[in-house]
Amino acid sequence: MTTDTTTAEPTPVSTPGETVLDARGVTMRFGGLTAVRSVDLTVNSGEIVGLIGPNGAGKTTFFNCLTGLYIPTEGEVRYKGTVLPAKSFKITATGIARTFQNIRLFSNMTVLENVLVGRHTRTKEGLWSALLRGPGFHRAEAESKARAMELLEFVGLENKAEHLSRNLPYGEQRKLEIARALASEPGLLLLDEPTAGMNPQETRAAEELIFAIRDKGIAVLVIEHDMRFIFNLCDRVACLVQGEKLVEGTAAEVQGDERVVAAYLGEPFEGDPGAAEVAEVEAAEAAASDTTAATPATPAAATDGDSTSKETDR
Amino acid sequence: MTTTQNTTTATTPAQATPSPRRPLTLPTTAARPTAVAGGALTVVSAFLAWTWTAAFPGDLTVYGYPGGLQWLVLVSGALLTLFSLSSYGIKGLTWLTPQGADAAMRLAAYAGLATAWFTMIAISVQLGGFANLEPGAYVALVATLIGWLGTRSLPYERPETTPADPEDSAFGRFKHTLGNHWSVYKGAFATSPARPAKKLPSYAEILIVVVVLALGLVVFTYGITTEYDELFIGFLITAGFGFGAIGKAGLIQRVSTLTARHRNVTLAGAFAAAAAFPFTQSDDQYATIGVNILIFATVALGLNIVVGLAGLLDLGYVAFLGVGAYAAALVSGSPTSPFGIHLPFWQAILVGAVASMIFGVLIGAPTLRLRGDYLAIVTLGFGEIFRIGVLNLDGTSGPDVTNGSNGISSIPNLNLFGFDFGATHSIAGFTIGRFANYFFLMLLVTLIVVVVFRRSAESRIGRAWVAIREDETAAEAMGINGFRTKLIAFALGATLAGLAGAVQAHVTYTVTPEQYQFAHAVPPNSAFLLAAVVLGGMGTISGPLVGGALLFLIPAKLQFMSDYQLFAFGLALVLLMRFRPEGLIANRRQQLEFHEKEEAPATLTKAGA
Repeated sequence: MTTDTTTAEPTPVSTPGETVLDARGVTMRFGGLTAVRSVDLTVNSGEIVGLIGPNGAGKTTFFNCLTGLYIPTEGEVRYKGTVLPAKSFKITATGIARTFQNIRLFSNMTVLENVLVGRHTRTKEGLWSALLRGPGFHRAEAESKARAMELLEFVGLENKAEHLSRNLPYGEQRKLEIARALASEPGLLLLDEPTAGMNPQETRAAEELIFAIRDKGIAVLVIEHDMRFIFNLCDRVACLVQGEKLVEGTAAEVQGDERVVAAYLGEPFEGDPGAAEVAEVEAAEAAASDTTAATPATPAAATDGDSTSKETDR
Repeated sequence: MTTTQNTTTATTPAQATPSPRRPLTLPTTAARPTAVAGGALTVVSAFLAWTWTAAFPGDLTVYGYPGGLQWLVLVSGALLTLFSLSSYGIKGLTWLTPQGADAAMRLAAYAGLATAWFTMIAISVQLGGFANLEPGAYVALVATLIGWLGTRSLPYERPETTPADPEDSAFGRFKHTLGNHWSVYKGAFATSPARPAKKLPSYAEILIVVVVLALGLVVFTYGITTEYDELFIGFLITAGFGFGAIGKAGLIQRVSTLTARHRNVTLAGAFAAAAAFPFTQSDDQYATIGVNILIFATVALGLNIVVGLAGLLDLGYVAFLGVGAYAAALVSGSPTSPFGIHLPFWQAILVGAVASMIFGVLIGAPTLRLRGDYLAIVTLGFGEIFRIGVLNLDGTSGPDVTNGSNGISSIPNLNLFGFDFGATHSIAGFTIGRFANYFFLMLLVTLIVVVVFRRSAESRIGRAWVAIREDETAAEAMGINGFRTKLIAFALGATLAGLAGAVQAHVTYTVTPEQYQFAHAVPPNSAFLLAAVVLGGMGTISGPLVGGALLFLIPAKLQFMSDYQLFAFGLALVLLMRFRPEGLIANRRQQLEFHEKEEAPATLTKAGA
């Protein structure tokens, strides 16, 4: 419901519908293990796209492929039409910023300093400039500071600028991570589980924040396990299962898809390699019940039953 | 302010009453007067004769004038008296103890007790028996004991302890009781949160900074110019407990807030004070130590960029000092240099710095792709490669460049603008010898390094270094080119060491490979450099300077224990890391990092940086 009302809102900066992120056939193998298998995903400007999937489905690996922490084994990722470079710091410079699943702030720096580090790609002052301290240096520093304070105000941390980031409560650390990512002036923001460990109020606040970011014209791709959060928030949702994209569509479509439900609840679906085994076990059980029917309620039958049930468990 | 002090003294006994009086204590009401009396009596005792003969160095035989170790006891007694009077809430003196006087009083009493008893034992051992002590010595012993007894009787809030588990093994119970005793003992040194300082006018604050710097110069000069082992050990004891007391009183924090507020004044003042050092000397005997301390401390500060800011553990840093020294020596007109050229000093020092920088980039480019322990091992290896390489460039094992183990000798003295560094000058009645000349030159280099450190640390590049130290992956995700940024840190550190090396080559006349080892009894070497950074405090400016000074001075002064020097050094490092992991001069960040439980002021001030 929320989705409907919010998508109607205008996106001020970039032209709506322009493809910001275009991932084609992204595959990531670690030796023999294929963590992500030929995933296609596009994110358009002014859009919030959700990425869901059970634990170990390859969501974070896919994220790492997008941000250059991993170089995909196959496939390519384009940002606004240009193929992304292979280094994570260059990707940030082109305009993709991210947060981390387990918060990775610079814990012994102040809140303000954290955001200033995020400004790194948008400032140029090198060592010489720092040593000589010309007027350009002071101007750039003042500008960076002003911009960082603006962002802190945006996420609501302006009163804690001088605090050590390690001393912030959990929810505020998440906010700070987002502010730090925004400081690099991205066109696309990747959020890896932004509400993990938050209480309902904090989750709602995070939701508001992400809408506000979208309204700034920044496309958002978000990984999340909180289904209510993701279906409220996202214009489109993609579901990743065992490294493959199972389904992509609006929140309602994905929510209704029985394969998604099956993937989460562990129910066997068509083409599951376990299905044949289950059928086998069932056949064996049937055979066992046939033989035990002749001599009912013997201890041997009981143990037999136990062992078959163990098999099915497996 | 006076009233708060009185209420705290009034309320603490009420909390502490349930426990019976400990052995060897006075009633709590008598504690404070006893401490004052002890302190005052200690001061008086320093003016008495302690021994009958001048055979014990320092001449402790004179009534009416303290000498040698008596000065130290005098200072300890004065500290105790000051802090005790301050604890009475006397107006003006309370400024000295923003964190409460009690813990400071205890440490000051220890300072007097330890120094006085050490002196008496030293006299008795050296002259053979207690019979050599004059009555004045006994007065001093009793006075320091009274002071100690008084401070011991001060009430304090005991931390809660749990009795040992009777099921535990005997050793387990013993350990538990020991732990309890330790925590109660530590409880005696607990401080209260600092009272906010009254806002002083700016000139008064600057005046305080100047006074502190002058006192620093006096303490430092006293330490350098101690003439005999006993005096230096006494100095270490008094200074250790004394600085502990001042720290517990909260005075160091208070002053560092002031210095942080007037940073340029402090910087200028500190260098003026350092420049005043040669003028306190009548000959070159201690200026040698002074200039060597400066070289060592400056190189340690350069290392602090690499280790403290960028977090790159470099175990071969002394090689950069060596490269700078060799490069400068080769072009400075030494007769043993195969090049036979004599460049002016500004060119020689540039050659040294640039050679170091190139060497730094060459080593850094392959090694900085490694992280953590691997980097440490590889830099250690490269440090040794430099030394062995230089050793073999002697004409037999390789091309003749460095004369092998003989090194490059007879480097001519500098002559800048007609000022001959080799000659003794007389400036306004003060004699300035050769080493004092170089002391001024080195001070200039130190100033450059300090400014470079400060400016680079507080900029975009400095933040990138710290970010990489904190979390390299996250830093890269923020758009920081990790490799390039680390290489800049490495090369900058190398360049600064090269600057110092070029001066060092001229100071020591000769450069040999043996000066640039990984670990050696004599600083500078890589192990001592790293220790100076860690001991002093990582990421600070004053930390490595203080750490370097201590690590140079202690081995230079305590020659008699040269066989055990590395052992003592290792022991000291272990103890320091156990009890004060953030180093002597803590960066505010590190203080928060290591002592999170004890104090959690959430904001980071610039103090201590």
